[in-house]
Amino acid sequence: MQQLTWKVGGAQGEGIDSTGEILGTVLCRLGYHTFAYRHFMSLIKGGHTNYKIRVADRTVHYHGDLTDILIAFDQRTIDENREELHQGSIVIHDAAFEPQGVASIQTCAVPMRQIAEELGNAIIKNMVAIGVTAAALNLDPAPFLQTVATRFAGKGEKIIAMNNSAIQQGYDYYRRHVQRRFSLPTRKADEPLILISGNEAAGFGALAGGCRFLAAYPITPATEIMYWLVNHLPDYGGKVVQVEDEIGACLMAVGASYAGVRAMTSTSGPGFSLMQEAIGFAGIAEIPIVIVDVQRGGPATGLPTRTEQSDLNEILYGAHGEIPRIVMAPATITDCFYRMIDAFNLAEHYQCVVIVATDMFLGMSKQSAAEFDFNAVKVERSGLISDESLTKLQPGTFKRYALTESGISPRSLPGQANGMYVALSNEHDEHAREEVEDRHNRITQMQKRFRKLSPFSPSQWGTMYSGCDEPDLLLVGCGSTYAQLSEARLALEQAGKKVAHLHLQILAPFPKAAAAPLIAKAQKCLVVDNNFTGQLGMLLKREIGFHHKYISHNRYDGLPLTVVEITEKASEVLS
Amino acid sequence: MSLRLTDYRGARPTWCPGCGHFAVLGCLQQAIFQLGLPPESVVVVSGIGCSGKIVQYYGGYGVHSLHGRTIPVATGIQIANPELTVIAAGGDGDGYGIGLNHWVQAMRRNVNITYLVMDNHIYSLTTGQYSPTSRKGFISKTTPKGSAELHLRPLEIALAAGASFVAQGFSGDVKQLTNIIKAAIEHKGFSHVNIFSPCVTFNRINTFEWFKERIINLDEQDYQPGDRLQALAKVMETDGVLTGIIFQEERPLFHNELAGIKDQPLTKTPLALTREQFDQLLAEHRC
Repeated sequence: MQQLTWKVGGAQGEGIDSTGEILGTVLCRLGYHTFAYRHFMSLIKGGHTNYKIRVADRTVHYHGDLTDILIAFDQRTIDENREELHQGSIVIHDAAFEPQGVASIQTCAVPMRQIAEELGNAIIKNMVAIGVTAAALNLDPAPFLQTVATRFAGKGEKIIAMNNSAIQQGYDYYRRHVQRRFSLPTRKADEPLILISGNEAAGFGALAGGCRFLAAYPITPATEIMYWLVNHLPDYGGKVVQVEDEIGACLMAVGASYAGVRAMTSTSGPGFSLMQEAIGFAGIAEIPIVIVDVQRGGPATGLPTRTEQSDLNEILYGAHGEIPRIVMAPATITDCFYRMIDAFNLAEHYQCVVIVATDMFLGMSKQSAAEFDFNAVKVERSGLISDESLTKLQPGTFKRYALTESGISPRSLPGQANGMYVALSNEHDEHAREEVEDRHNRITQMQKRFRKLSPFSPSQWGTMYSGCDEPDLLLVGCGSTYAQLSEARLALEQAGKKVAHLHLQILAPFPKAAAAPLIAKAQKCLVVDNNFTGQLGMLLKREIGFHHKYISHNRYDGLPLTVVEITEKASEVLS
Repeated sequence: MSLRLTDYRGARPTWCPGCGHFAVLGCLQQAIFQLGLPPESVVVVSGIGCSGKIVQYYGGYGVHSLHGRTIPVATGIQIANPELTVIAAGGDGDGYGIGLNHWVQAMRRNVNITYLVMDNHIYSLTTGQYSPTSRKGFISKTTPKGSAELHLRPLEIALAAGASFVAQGFSGDVKQLTNIIKAAIEHKGFSHVNIFSPCVTFNRINTFEWFKERIINLDEQDYQPGDRLQALAKVMETDGVLTGIIFQEERPLFHNELAGIKDQPLTKTPLALTREQFDQLLAEHRC
């Protein structure tokens, strides 16, 4: 694979994000496959933040283990990222400091801050870094200048001119003083690209899937879903409310859904915990609802700006009592878009809770992805009883929770004559007028609710398998670890190992029929979890068995997995 | 077909004989009937507690939601379909204890709903514990030596939080209560109606008689409900034991203040994007 990795780092508040965004935009415009990862802390000024972009000759869903070009505004950037540097790396650092601890790696000093100050404002040293980057990558600075002009269009000519000078001077300085040039991959994308994050893709998917109401509370790393939807839903007849807390957010969405709107809430771990009672309510009252949990490091406030897959247990089992639910874990940024459409169709069809589990890595990373396919978007309405059918009924005989064979009952909406019922958080009978504690009724209603999901089996996207049929080692993961596992599988195959990769995008109802035979055929399974206790591994044991086959690899430091840690662990298991 | 009062009747109530909530239910049904609202156009959202059961006994569309969560559910329904009349109903524990935050937020937003709080100064369905509106010193199962807390003052909070309609009724005066509920439903904006609705089983202090002896009826006074400061003074000078419409003003409605199309039910928008719309959205992400 031809690839190049670039990273810029400094303190928060130094425009690190903008630097990465501008390079990402230009590379996307030039038609390159890219994947960008944002590393930041839960503070506004200071600390350490970085933005990494990987450019490759094919679609990549991960920013790569290593860094070829590191632009460091401070020593801390070097300290925090030294492990990613290799013999061929270059560290381009601000001339204001002498880098420590990178003796064996090429370094070059650029007076980025000084150039910026001479132009009138130290803050634009990040634009100098853009110019340096253009020169190092042998790229014409023109598209960078254009991108900056568009980005700062509202800030006036003077600001744009100053930023452009900074880019130009950074470019000139590097060209004059540094010999080293890096090559971008020779192969670009064959198809038109969009630059989009997992959170944005989830918002877009929600709108395309018919969602017209979002109620949410701001929380890192999920808020970008809210940003995307608040900027778009109103144009398509929808509305967004920033609610006082996640309890209210989830229930406001449940209320809107009861009234007939496709509704959702988006959150992260702490908010998701507050939604548990509402989830149970939506379950028993059979009100469709879509919840996105962009997982972050827990527990409690945990690592609010870091990634983890540690809410899996809560997503799968949370809420008191028992309800049927669908849990999906999109594997890529593009999957975030399509799975959200599925989520809304499934929630309405099965009149149940659908939880879409992403995480900070997937949600906040940005990819130049192939454009989403309009023809693949289908809004499928189901379960709603027509006015006509209702008027044919004797008044008071409509059964909202009718005991049907499928368990799915006709649903009326307020405003429809003859369709009146009470959506109860209590147990109820078919008519749903009042709470009913009768034991026979309880049994039939519980069975009815759990019957609904028995035929559900999303074979097309629920389980993904690649590699040989009877592997010595089967790599197993779910959600965002797809990228690293795929790359690890390829690397292991190239090293002559007999491996395969099973990836789950659906966790509940568990796709046992699809997954069990694949695990049965493997000698051993390496279950990769981005959490401490191995929550996916526990799920596999619970649902499939084969306890003796599983070996766990868990990462819980708040960072995405690397490919090399998986290949090393796999090699260790195989040897 | 003309509407009958029996069109607004649900399951048979299980409240204790003599419970104040019977009057609230009757007045709600009367108010909706007298306003001529078709049963299917009204949604009642209740919380949990004796009060919460009102939705089962009122016979229309309803949500028997969670303890303390009537307001967010009702808000979601109202925004989704502003053509509906949305009434939230609950008790003092439900609304002023566990659910207080939602209530305060809804008032400042001016969500177009009517909120009926059946205030009996006690938790009854759990068989008698003090509530936020219990007076200090109130003896209950969880306060055997008397409650240590100053009671919560819902009317002052409603006025301070920006409710655009604030009233108080009494289960012992169904004529006035019916009129208050009618006015509350007709009011555009958040209508807060606190209702003294005595519990005849667990609260031996705040009985019908207790309220009758103390209530000051604003309808019997020369009082205009158009001034928030005056309203606040009135509530404070009567120690909150008054009935009638205390305050009313016109304010923009939350669902129309939100970005989006005014007064259009979200339920009536087409769900599928056209190819042109889809391309437009894609274009925003092209570089």
